[in-house]
Amino acid sequence: METNVKVRNQYVIFKLAEENYAIDISMVKTIEKVSGYTRVPNSDKYIKGVINLRGEVIPVIDLKKRLNLGEIKESDNSRVIITCSEDIVVGLLVDSSSEVVYIENSEIDNISNMSEKEEYNYIKGIGKENNRLILIIDLDKILNIEREE
Amino acid sequence: MEFNQYIDIFIEESNEHLQSMNDSLLKLENEPENIELLNEIFRVSHTLKGMSATMGFEKMSTLTHQMENLLQELRNQNILINTDIIDILFQCFDKLEQYVSNIIEESTEGDIDVTYLTEKLDELVNGKSSTITKEKSTGKEEIIEEHVLKILKEADKKGMKGYKISVEVEESCMLKAARAFIVFNTLEEHSDIIKSNPTTEDIEDEKFDNTFEVFIVTEESIEKIEKELVAISEIQNINIEDLKIDSYDKSKVKKENSIKDKPKNAENLNNTKKNTVKKSKSRKVGKTVRVDIDRLDNLMNLVSELIIIKTRMEEIGENNDKQSMNETTEYLERITTNLHDAVMKVRMVPIERVFNRFPRMVRDLSKELGKDINLKMSGEETEVDRTVIDEIGDPLIHLIRNSIDHGIEKPNERKSIGKESTGTLLLRSYPDGNNVVIEVQDDGSGINIDKVKKKAIENNIITEEQGSQMDDKEVPELLFMPGFSTADKITDVSGRGVGLDVVKSKINSIGGIVEVETKSNEYTKFTIRIPLTLAIIQALLIKLYDEIYAIPLSSIKEITTIKTDNIRKVQNQEVILYRGKTLPLIRLNNVLDIENDSNKEELISVIVKKGEKEAGLIVDELIGQQEIVIKSLGKYLVKVKYLAGATILGNGNISLIIDVNSLF
Repeated sequence: METNVKVRNQYVIFKLAEENYAIDISMVKTIEKVSGYTRVPNSDKYIKGVINLRGEVIPVIDLKKRLNLGEIKESDNSRVIITCSEDIVVGLLVDSSSEVVYIENSEIDNISNMSEKEEYNYIKGIGKENNRLILIIDLDKILNIEREE
Repeated sequence: MEFNQYIDIFIEESNEHLQSMNDSLLKLENEPENIELLNEIFRVSHTLKGMSATMGFEKMSTLTHQMENLLQELRNQNILINTDIIDILFQCFDKLEQYVSNIIEESTEGDIDVTYLTEKLDELVNGKSSTITKEKSTGKEEIIEEHVLKILKEADKKGMKGYKISVEVEESCMLKAARAFIVFNTLEEHSDIIKSNPTTEDIEDEKFDNTFEVFIVTEESIEKIEKELVAISEIQNINIEDLKIDSYDKSKVKKENSIKDKPKNAENLNNTKKNTVKKSKSRKVGKTVRVDIDRLDNLMNLVSELIIIKTRMEEIGENNDKQSMNETTEYLERITTNLHDAVMKVRMVPIERVFNRFPRMVRDLSKELGKDINLKMSGEETEVDRTVIDEIGDPLIHLIRNSIDHGIEKPNERKSIGKESTGTLLLRSYPDGNNVVIEVQDDGSGINIDKVKKKAIENNIITEEQGSQMDDKEVPELLFMPGFSTADKITDVSGRGVGLDVVKSKINSIGGIVEVETKSNEYTKFTIRIPLTLAIIQALLIKLYDEIYAIPLSSIKEITTIKTDNIRKVQNQEVILYRGKTLPLIRLNNVLDIENDSNKEELISVIVKKGEKEAGLIVDELIGQQEIVIKSLGKYLVKVKYLAGATILGNGNISLIIDVNSLF
C-alpha cells in the first residue's frame, strides 16, 4: 500500500450508434428492458415518456435525441438505464448495455478543449480501456440543461 | 452510533417543548404574576437542558442552563418580572429554536452568537446573587464541566459518589487503546462513566500519551474498583480522587478558564469552513408522525383481515365458485377502502402544528409596526395530511404578514374612522367535504380596487381595456399575478413584490386553491382550500384518441353531450350556451397535442369547475369512474404543463392526471 495508489471507478458501458459511452456506476440504480411508454404531452422532445417500474413512475429520456444523434430505434437490445442523481430518478434509453468496467482516473482525459461538437457538451471525459475509447457522460448536464433553458 | 438513533426523537420532543415554552411565554406576558407559568417554563427549559446535554449539544444546554438560573431567581421572587425580562426570554427561545432548526438541517447546533444573551442573563442573575463571578461566561471547557457537575449533583442526591480516576499506562505498552478499553469496561461494570479526558473517541484512536482521566459516579466502594483496576496488566499507576461537588465547583471551573479561548478560536475556524459545506450536508433528518396507538391497532386489524381474505381467495380459486368470488371481491373492496381511511388517518396531524407559531409572530409584528392586534384562532384541531402541514406554513405566514402590514390600520387611524382601536385577525380552519378550508381574515381597510387596477395596468399585467371590463370580484385576483405589490412603501414585513403569486403557486402545488374576498374598509378574507389527502382520489378516466387520461372527480361538475352546430366563437374562444350561461370549451386534444379525428356532430363534454368558473372539456370517449393512486411525475418532469401527476392502471399502464386548475 505504499507505492502509487491508483484511483479507479466502475462504469456502466452502453452503446449509442456503435460508439461506447459510459456512466459512473454510483449513479445507476438498475438496467431494465422496457416496453410500453406513456407519452408525456408538452414535455421536451427527447423525453420518450414515463414508465411504470415496480409501482414507480419514472421518466425516460431518449439519450440519442438528447445528444442530437438521431433517435433510438427500439430493438431487443435496447435498454433503459435507471439513474439517480440526488433526488432525481430518470431512465436513459440506450441502444444496448451489457458490461461494467473499471477505468482508472489516470486513463481519463479531459475533453473540454478537444472539440466543439455539440454532443461533447454532455461528456465529462474520454476513458481508455483495452484499446477502446469510452465517452463518459455527464449526467447532471444531461438532466440540468433543459431546466436552465 | 446512538446519536442517529435518537436525533429524530430529540428533534420531535424539542419542538414540542419549545412550543409549550412559547405558549407559556405568551401567556406570561399577559399574566406576569402567574407563578404556575414560570414553573412551566422552568420545567421545560430544564427538560431541554437535560435532553440537549445528553445529545451533546453543549451550546443549547448552556443557554438553557442560564435561562434556568434566571427563572429560578424569578421563581424565588429575587428578581421581579418585567417586559425586558420577557423579551430576553423570548430571545432565548428564538435562539433555541434556531439551534434546533440547525440540528434538523445539519445535525449540529451550528454557530449562533449568544454572547449578548448570556451576558444579559448573567447580569440579571448576578445583580442579585453575588456568588457567581464574572469568570462564569461561556466557554467550551466549562460547559463540559457544568454538564458533568449536573450529573454529579444528581448522583449525589441518589447517594452515589463521584471519582476522578487517572490511569497511567506503562510506557512499553503496545496497545494502549486496548488497555484503555479494558479499563473502561471494568469501570462500566461498577459505575457510570460521565466523562473522560481525552474523549473516548480519542482514547479509542490512541490519541493520548500514557495517561488519561475518567470521571465516574458509582454506588460501590472505591476500594473494590481500585483493586480490579490494578489487576489489569500493563497499567503503571492509578490515582483516584474523590470528587467533592462543592470544592470541584469553584476550583476547577476557574482553573480551566485560561484554556477557554483556544477551543473557541478553533471553533471559529471550523465555522467558516462549515458555511461552505453546508449545502451538501442538509436534510439528514426524516419526517416523522406521532400516531395514536388506536389508529395503529385499527390498521393492524385491517391488515389481518386482508390476510384472511387472501386465504379465502385461494380456496375460491380451487373451487371456481363464481358467487362467492363476487362476495369476496366486495369484501375486499370494503377492506381496501377502510385500509385507505386508516392509513390516511395515520398520516393526519392537527393543523395546530402550523397555527401555534402564529400567536408569537402576530405579537412581534404588531409590536414592531405599532399596531394593536387581537389574533383569534379556531379549528386548530382540524386534521390534515402530514405533507400538507409542511407546505402550508409559509403561505399562511405570508398571508398573515400581509394582513397585519397592509390590512389592519394603526390604532389612531382606526379610531378616526370609528372602528375599535384593536384590530382583529381571524384564523379559522374547518373540514369541508374532502377539503380543508383555512381562512385568514382581517377587519382592516380592505383591498383598494382602484389602486390594484391601476397598479396592474402600470405593471403591464393587464391592459387598460381589460381593466375597465373587470368587475370588483375579479380585480382582487390580480393580486395573485407574478410581480405585483400594492404597498406604496416597501416595508420590512411584506411588500417586496414577491408575494401572493408565490402563495398561490405553493398552494396549487399541493392541489389546493386560494381565493380572496374583500369589502372596502370592512374586511379582507383569504380562503385556502386544500384536499384532505394527496394520495388517493376518485377520478374519471377518459380516452383521447388512443391515450387514457384521468380527471379528478372533485373538479367535475357534470358530463353532457353538445352539438357541434351550437358552438360559437367569441374572441377566438369556442363557447356554447349551456343552461343560460356561456360555457367556454377546451379541446383537450389540442391542449395535450393529440391527433384529432373529429368531424363528429356530437361531442362529449366534461364540465369542470374551478371555484366559480366553469369550462367544458371536449374528450373523445368516457371510460368510467375509478379510484386512483396519485403518483408524482418526479422532480425531473415537475414543470410539465397541464399535468398533476400520473397513476398506474389495473393493467400496469400509466395514465396521466390532468391538472384541471391549470386549464383555466
